[in-house]
Amino acid sequence: MLKARAFATSVAGWTEWIGTRVAAWAIFVAVLGGLTPGPRSHRAVAASPPLTIGFIYVGPKSDYGYNQAHAQGAAVIAKLPGVKIREEEMVPETSAVQKTMESMINLDGATVLFPTSFGYFDPHILKEAAKYKNVTFLHCGGLYTEGKHPTNVGSYFGYIDEAQYVAGIVAGMSTKSNKLGFIAAKAIPQVLRNINSYTLGARSVNPKATTTVIFTGDWSMPVKEAEAANSLIDQGIDVLTMHVDSPKVIVETAERRGIMVTGYHANQAALAPKGYLTGAEWNWGKVYTDYVGMIQAGKPYPHLLRGGLKEGFVKVSPYGKMVSAAAKKKADAAKAKFMDGKMVVYKGPLKDNTGKVVIAAGVEQKQTDIALEKMDYLVEGVVGKTH
Amino acid sequence: MGAQTGGGGVSAAAGVALGMVGGAIRISTPFLFVSLGECITEKSGRVNLGLEGTLVMGAMAAYGVSYLTSSPWLGVLAAGGCGVVLGALHGWLCARPRVNDVAVGIALMLFGVGLAFFLGKPLIGPTAPHLPSVSLGWWSASGQVRSALQVNALFVLGLVTTAAVRFVLRKTRWGLVIRTVGESADAARAMGYDIARVRLLATMAGGFLAGVGGSFLSLFYPGSWNEGLSSGQGLMAVALVIFARWDPVRCLLASLLFGGASALGPALQSVGVTSGYYLFNAAPYVLTLAIIVLTSSRDRALLGQPAELRMAR
Amino acid sequence: MGIGVSIGAISPLAEPSAGGAGALVATAEARRAARRKSAEAFAIPSVAILGALILFGIFVALTGRNPLAVYHEMYRGSFGTWFSFQNTLQRAAPLMLTALATALPLRLGLVVLGGEGAMVLGGLAAAAVGVHLHTPMSVKLGMFVVGALVGGAWMAGAGTLRAYRGVNETISTLLLNYIAIALLNHMVEGPLRDPASLNKPSTLPIGDDNMLGNLPGLDVHWGLVFGLAACLLTWFLMQRTTFGFAARMVGGNVRAALLNGLPVRRLIVVATFLGGLGAGLAGAVEVAAIHGTANASLVTGYGYTGVLVAFIARGNPLGVVPVALLLGGIGASGGLLQRVFDLPDATVNVLQGIIFLSILFSDSLYGGRWARKPAVAA
Repeated sequence: MLKARAFATSVAGWTEWIGTRVAAWAIFVAVLGGLTPGPRSHRAVAASPPLTIGFIYVGPKSDYGYNQAHAQGAAVIAKLPGVKIREEEMVPETSAVQKTMESMINLDGATVLFPTSFGYFDPHILKEAAKYKNVTFLHCGGLYTEGKHPTNVGSYFGYIDEAQYVAGIVAGMSTKSNKLGFIAAKAIPQVLRNINSYTLGARSVNPKATTTVIFTGDWSMPVKEAEAANSLIDQGIDVLTMHVDSPKVIVETAERRGIMVTGYHANQAALAPKGYLTGAEWNWGKVYTDYVGMIQAGKPYPHLLRGGLKEGFVKVSPYGKMVSAAAKKKADAAKAKFMDGKMVVYKGPLKDNTGKVVIAAGVEQKQTDIALEKMDYLVEGVVGKTH
Repeated sequence: MGAQTGGGGVSAAAGVALGMVGGAIRISTPFLFVSLGECITEKSGRVNLGLEGTLVMGAMAAYGVSYLTSSPWLGVLAAGGCGVVLGALHGWLCARPRVNDVAVGIALMLFGVGLAFFLGKPLIGPTAPHLPSVSLGWWSASGQVRSALQVNALFVLGLVTTAAVRFVLRKTRWGLVIRTVGESADAARAMGYDIARVRLLATMAGGFLAGVGGSFLSLFYPGSWNEGLSSGQGLMAVALVIFARWDPVRCLLASLLFGGASALGPALQSVGVTSGYYLFNAAPYVLTLAIIVLTSSRDRALLGQPAELRMAR
Repeated sequence: MGIGVSIGAISPLAEPSAGGAGALVATAEARRAARRKSAEAFAIPSVAILGALILFGIFVALTGRNPLAVYHEMYRGSFGTWFSFQNTLQRAAPLMLTALATALPLRLGLVVLGGEGAMVLGGLAAAAVGVHLHTPMSVKLGMFVVGALVGGAWMAGAGTLRAYRGVNETISTLLLNYIAIALLNHMVEGPLRDPASLNKPSTLPIGDDNMLGNLPGLDVHWGLVFGLAACLLTWFLMQRTTFGFAARMVGGNVRAALLNGLPVRRLIVVATFLGGLGAGLAGAVEVAAIHGTANASLVTGYGYTGVLVAFIARGNPLGVVPVALLLGGIGASGGLLQRVFDLPDATVNVLQGIIFLSILFSDSLYGGRWARKPAVAA
C-alpha cells in the first residue's frame, strides 16, 4: 500500500507539471488570439481595379492531368489585360475549400472563382454562393439546375467522350491483340461514358476489339495505377488508356513495357514518344477566355455551358508517329462528323456487356440527353462490372 | 461474362497467380528495405516511426539526383544519404534526456514528407532515368512469365541485404552489440558500450535502407515522382517489422506476402472480376491484421522482441 | 497476472522530473522549485516555438522570400482578421475531437493511430442513421450518438485485441484505418449509394433542415463547442475521477498498477473506446455540419493530424485545445502562402514539422543546467 501511495503522489506531481505547461500554452495562444482585431474593412479599391480571379485545384497543378489542364487554362487568361489570377492547389473537398473560397474573396478581393474539382460543387460552392451573392462561381462539372441553384453560379463541362471515341478508333485500328485496357478511378457515369465511348469507337472499326477495365477506386493512387497497368499488360493488352487524375504513371509504364497508349486530360506525348497514339484533351483556355470576356463586358453568362469537339471544349492530341494512315483516315472522318454535329455515339440498338438492351433500336441519345448523365452500364465489348 | 474473359477459368487463374507473383516482387521492394532498416533500429531498442518521411524524402532525392545527373544509382545513394541524415536527427534528438522516440518519429514523418513535397514540386513534371531490371524469366517462352520475372536490380539487392542484415545481427560483434543494447541497456552500459552512440548508428543505418527503399518508388515502380507516391507504405513497413518479429528473413516474407496481397485486386480485375474491388484492395491490410491476431498471444511477449523497445510491447 | 511483460512498463510520455515528488514536502526549497518549474513551463515552450519560427524563417529566406513578410501574411491568414480567426477556429474544431482518440489512450501508454478510421466510420454510420430519423433534433441526436458509438466500438476493437491478445495497438489501428476507408468506399458506392448521386457517389442526404448550423453570431459550426466540451470532459475524467487516476497509473507503471489490483485490461478497452467516441463524433459532425451525406470526402486526414495534436499536447486533453488552434491557424494561413508567395502547399507541413521537432527538443531543457538542484536522483 505504501508503494501505491508513493506512486500516486508521483503521478500527482507529474500531472501538476503537465498542467502548468498547458496553462502556459493556453496563455500563449490566448495572447495571439487577443491580438485579433474585429472585422476589418476591405482593402482600398484602386481606381480601375483588375478583375481578380481565383483558381482552386484539388491536386498539384503540374500533374500532367486534370489539374494541369485547368492550370493551363488559368495561364491563358492570366495573360488577358485587366485580369489578375490567384491560384491554390491541393485543396481537399472538405470545409477547407469553403474557407479557401472565402479567403480568396475576403483577403485577395477575388470576384470570380473557378473551383475546378467536380466534388467542390455540392455543398461547398452552393453554400458560398448563397453567402457571397456578388461573387461569380464557375464550376467544372456541368451540374447547374435552373431554379434550384443560386444565380451567381455557372457550371461548365466538355463532352470529352467525343475525343475518347476518336481515340478509341485509333486504338482499335492500332491494336494487334485486339485487347484494349482502361484504368479508371471510379464507376461513376462520367467515367463509364468515357469507357463506353472509347470501346464503341474501337469496335466501330474493329469489331473484335474488347476493353478490359480496372477500377482503382482512387482519383490519384500511382502505385495502384501502375499495378493495374502491369496486370493488364500481363494479360496481353497492347493499348492502354485511363480516366484518373494524373495519367503520368500509366503512360510511362506503358511506354516502358513497350505497348501503345492513348492519353487523357492533357497531352502526354512527351512521356511516351514511342507509344503515344493520341489522346483526349481538355481545352479550358478557350472556355475561360470566353467566360472572362463576358464578365468583363458585363454581359450575362450561360449558367450551364457544355460543348464537345465542335465547340472547341475538348480536342484530340496530335497523332503519334506509329499511327497508320488508315487509322488516321478513319479517326479524321469521325472527327469531321463530330465537327458537323452529325455524329451520335449512343444510338440503338445498344447492348450492355450482360446482353441487356440499354438503348432500343431506333432511339438516339444525343450528347445533351439526360439519360447519358445517368449511365450505369458498360457496353458490349467491355470486360468488367460497374460495381 | 465467361466468354469475354478470354482463355477461360484455368488460364485466368494462372494469370491471376502469375500477376500476384509479379506484383509481389514489384510492390514488396520498398516494404522490404524499410522493414529491414527498422529491424536494425528496433533491435537496438529504439523505434523510428518516421521512416515514412524518410521513404518519401528518399524517393524525391533519388528522382531529383537521377534527373540532374542522369545516373539512377547516384540517385539511390542520395536517397540513402537523406535517410542517414534524417536517421541522425532522430538518433540525436532521442539521445537527449526526456525526449520520446515515438513522438520524434511522428514529427520526422511529418517533416520528411513535408520537405520532400516542398522540394519536389519542380520534379513532378520531368522524367528521370530509371534503374535497370534483371530478366529472370529468360527460360520461359511465355511473355507473361517473362514479364512477371522482370525483376528490379534493387529487389535483388534487397535479397542480398536481407541475408547481410541477418548475418550481421546474428554472427558479428556489431550485431551482438546492437542486440545487447536492445535487450538490456544496463548490461550494455556495464560492458562499456556507449548506448546513445550505438542507437544513433543503428537509426542512421535504418534510415539509409529506408531511403534506398524510397528510391525504388520513384526510380523503378511506379517510377515517377509525385505526391501520392507512398500512400503510407513507410508506416506500413514499420508495422510489418512487428509482424515479422524482428527477423530479417521474416521481413522479406512479410513484404512479399503484403505485396502479393496488394496485387490481388488488380490481377482479378484484369481477368474480369471487378465486383467489390474496394474490398479486394483492402486485402493486404485485412490479411496482415488476421495473421497478427492469430499469431499473437495473450500472455507473453513476442519472440525476438528487444526488451528495451518502448512501442513494441 | 499474466500480462507482465506483454504490456510495456514504460510510458511513452516524458518521465516526470524527480522534483515532482519532492514538491509535496512543503518547504521553501520545494516552493522555489515549483516556481522555477512554472517559469520553465512558460519559457521553454515559448522559446521552442520562437526557435522553430527562426529556423523556418531561415528556410523561407533560403527560397528567396522575405521571412517577415511571410510571417505577416501568415498572421493575417490565421489570427489577423476576424474572418481568419474564424477560419482557424473552424479548422481546429475537428482536430480537437480526433486528437482525443490518440490522447486518451496515450495516458495509458498506448500509441493509437486510428482516429482516421474511427472518424470515417463514425461519419458513415451517422449518415446511414440520419436519413431514417425525422425531426431535426432527433436526426442530429441520433447521428451524434451513433457516430460516436461506432467510432468508439471500432477503436475499442483495437483496444480489446491489445488487452486480451497482446496485439500491438499501433499496427492494428493503422491497419484498421485502411480497412475503414475501404469499407466507406464500398458502402458509399454499393449498398448505401443514393442512386441520385451520380458522379459523386454518396449516401442519401440527411436534408438541409437537419444540418448542424453555425454558432450564433459566428461563421463556425457547433463542432467547435463539441470539441471544447469533449476536451474539458476528458480532462475532468482523467484528473478528477477514479477511472482517470487508475488509467494514469497504468500509463505510469503497469506493474505497479497490476500489483494494486487495477483491472488493466478493462481500463485499456475503456480508454480506447472513449477515445474512439471523440473521433466518431468528429465524423458525425463532419457529415451533419459540412457534407450532409457520407462520401469519399470524409477521408480528410484529420485523424492523422489529430495524432500530431495529441502528441504535441502530450496526451493532455486541455493541451489539445491550444495545439489544435495552433495547427488550425497554420492550416488557415497555408492558402495565403501559396497565393501571395507562390510557396508550395507543403510549406505548412514543413513548418509544423519544425515546430514539433523543436518542442520535442525543448523537452530536454527542463531542469536544465542553469537551475539544476543538487540532490536530484535520476
